Amino acid sequence: MKSRVMIDACDPCLRRAFLVAHLAPRIAGLLDRPSGRVAGLLALSDEAFVAAAAGESADDAWAFVEALDLDAMRKALSHVEALAVCRHGGEYPPLLQQLADPPAALFGLGSARALRALREEPAVAVVGTRRASPYGAEVAYALGRGLGAAGVPVVSGLALGIDGTAHRGCLDGNGLPVAVLACGPDVVYPRRHRRLYERIRAEGIVLSELPPGSRPFRWSFPARNRIMAGLARMTVVVEAAEPSGSLITAEFARDLGRAVAAVPGRVTSSFARGTNGLLRDGAVPVTATEDVLDELFGVGIRRPPPLSEDRKLPGEPQLRAVLEAADRFGSVDSIAHETGLTAAETRSALGRLEAEGYLVRRDLGGWELAAR
Amino acid sequence: MLAAVATFALEGIRSHEVTVEVDVRQGVGIFTLVGLPDRAVRESRERVRAALQNSGLEFPRKRLTVNLAPAHVRKAGPSFDLAIAVGLLVASEQAPADELERSALCGELSLSGELRPGRGSLAAAVGARSAGYARLLVPVANAPEAALVDGLEVYGIPTLARLADLLHGRWMPDLARPAVPDVRDRAHEPDLADVRGQEDAKRALEIAAAGGHNLLMIGPPGAGKTMLARRLPGILPPPSFEEALEVTQVHSAAGVGNGRLATERPFRAPHHTISPQGLVGGGGTPRPGEITLAHRGVLFLDELPEFGRGAIDALRQPLEEGHVEITRGQRMLEFPANAIVVAACNRCPCARPPDRCTCTSVELSRYLRRLSGPLLDRIDLVCQVDAVPPVQLVEEDHERRMPSEVVRARVIRARERQRARLAGTGALCNADMDGRLTRSQVPLDAVLAARLLTVRGTARLSGRAHDRILRVARTIADLADRDRVAVSDLDEALSYRLDGWEAIAA
Repeated sequence: MKSRVMIDACDPCLRRAFLVAHLAPRIAGLLDRPSGRVAGLLALSDEAFVAAAAGESADDAWAFVEALDLDAMRKALSHVEALAVCRHGGEYPPLLQQLADPPAALFGLGSARALRALREEPAVAVVGTRRASPYGAEVAYALGRGLGAAGVPVVSGLALGIDGTAHRGCLDGNGLPVAVLACGPDVVYPRRHRRLYERIRAEGIVLSELPPGSRPFRWSFPARNRIMAGLARMTVVVEAAEPSGSLITAEFARDLGRAVAAVPGRVTSSFARGTNGLLRDGAVPVTATEDVLDELFGVGIRRPPPLSEDRKLPGEPQLRAVLEAADRFGSVDSIAHETGLTAAETRSALGRLEAEGYLVRRDLGGWELAAR
Repeated sequence: MLAAVATFALEGIRSHEVTVEVDVRQGVGIFTLVGLPDRAVRESRERVRAALQNSGLEFPRKRLTVNLAPAHVRKAGPSFDLAIAVGLLVASEQAPADELERSALCGELSLSGELRPGRGSLAAAVGARSAGYARLLVPVANAPEAALVDGLEVYGIPTLARLADLLHGRWMPDLARPAVPDVRDRAHEPDLADVRGQEDAKRALEIAAAGGHNLLMIGPPGAGKTMLARRLPGILPPPSFEEALEVTQVHSAAGVGNGRLATERPFRAPHHTISPQGLVGGGGTPRPGEITLAHRGVLFLDELPEFGRGAIDALRQPLEEGHVEITRGQRMLEFPANAIVVAACNRCPCARPPDRCTCTSVELSRYLRRLSGPLLDRIDLVCQVDAVPPVQLVEEDHERRMPSEVVRARVIRARERQRARLAGTGALCNADMDGRLTRSQVPLDAVLAARLLTVRGTARLSGRAHDRILRVARTIADLADRDRVAVSDLDEALSYRLDGWEAIAA
């Protein structure tokens, strides 16, 4: 995938971004509880920020700023095909400006098209626990895929569990995935998501307020969450225990006056304590992609695309019967029993329905309807 | 005086010729055994002494030297007893040597002089015939098995005394008749018709049998995975005579046979705690492992993720090449290992139904990661085996339940089609086809190519997954008696594929 390199960041913003990265290790020491708002700190002016974060070594920090060769930095960024946009440029996502402490600059790897889409289409953040249950993973995948197919950029944090699954769903729905990292956009964290990361880079964009090469810090995760909340018109929490980083994201979204939604979970499940708590406090309950689209665009304004764009339901009655049965039953035998077909005929129909995009495969076999 | 007697020693599942040379000369009563004997062979001195004396024969009180040639090969086991005893008889001039021309003999002696049955007599017979011997003398109980080999006279000998009579020409046993094939009552064999429901799994078994494909069954405990796997040998074509001989030879060498020609294919289901050596063979004196015992039959690996990494990795060579090579010292043994592997696992570590599953994605991906590896690369088919809902049991049409015999007839026809088509390619069934052969055997017309292209777009098939699908599609077409793969065959094959796990397990 060839991406047009774009550096659209003014000197002060770029300087600020590198200053934050330079002082990142010190910020960690300042915050005893990383969930505590780094917001106040990041919102300070350069002078106040250096005074607060650097303390006695403020002179060193200023020396670092003095020594920064921004043109060389820009060249280095283009060399690694990184994007950089700042608050004062036209490419900066406008919704992000509403944050109390918007990042001075955003660094990205991926397609510039994705950045543009973030300005034109309302995005949705889909976030949740790293330890997802199969139920949570299923919902996250379906939401990612449905929103992606409906043309809504899906923002998440590349974390294990819900985040990764939502990204994956979005990719499978041929949507636009946006991963916001707590480290430089070229650092794959967690490393287990290397392949997913590559796919997101190819199809969408990976963003961070930290320049390439920065490692993640404990404080940078909640800081990253504020960017996710800021980029998205709406934040959907799929599964979250208490306390949880996803709840921090939801809190940021609420502070911004954006819609917060949650997927109902079992009341006895610890995975669902956070999401059910959000619902109790008035979050929008989400049971399907339609719920999110209704909230974003108004009821019935935008529908998820039909099973597949240019094909209607399968014409052959046999295929349609199998598709309907597959929606209700998991096993081939039950589908065969319901439709009166032999196992071989059922298998053949399932294979064809999957090939033509009506069905998708679940973990370890079984099918479900493709996201609409 | 000097005597030389031919015998055959088991090595792996084959035998090699050993010449027992006996030298008897005047001197103090000393009995020396040389030629790399192991403990059991060295102890044969005591058995031979007692057996001779208890048979009314004389144990020469002279200087006795026995050499087992070739001297550089290790000798193991008690099967040299008979040859040593006969060598002593001849060398001490208690028996003439004429009858021993062109004869080979093997057997273990009891102290009373009776011959005990041993392992590997079929291998000995095969070895004796190819070494050009006309006769083989073995314990009575082993004679029918050894007589399976054509072009060799096999005689069953009850006792050492009788053998002495034979050497003197005073007694002649009847020629041993080949073991009556082990015709088990089909009514007691597990039959597919016993299984209620599970039509999907039965279909998968039929395809596996027809094309020799390895199969993975996924489902909760108690849904019937083992029961289904046990029925796979019964729908495979009955072994040909050569295959039956191979199976019998392996089982005889491992000591698990019943001395008759095997007419059914073996089914082996090792427990998941098995060691790599137990699975593929090995040990100080190498013995065949489970994959070899399942040769020409079915190896069932229940609870696949619980098997040790080493054991599963060790299966790589046999699954790819159809045999196992084991090197011991300077010698390399080769065990045949051509079996259909049926593996089974749960859907997730907690094994509860999906709506009550408590596994987290981390646990699930760890579980799936344990599943992946060399074995999954060789699995062509995957099917789900779920507990049959009661309503289906009640409504099931009993007439529709297919007995194994009917399925087997279809499998045999499909195999014949494959044999005819694959003649001269080195492959015997569709599962044997490598990538290049698959592509030449399954030409893609426009419709098939278009379907594969659609799937490629959505599922990102790897090249290997692509070939697997085509192989299975070819088998499905063979079952339907079609010369060309129809698009419905391809669709069905697509539904059995196993891929996309890497992403989940990542």
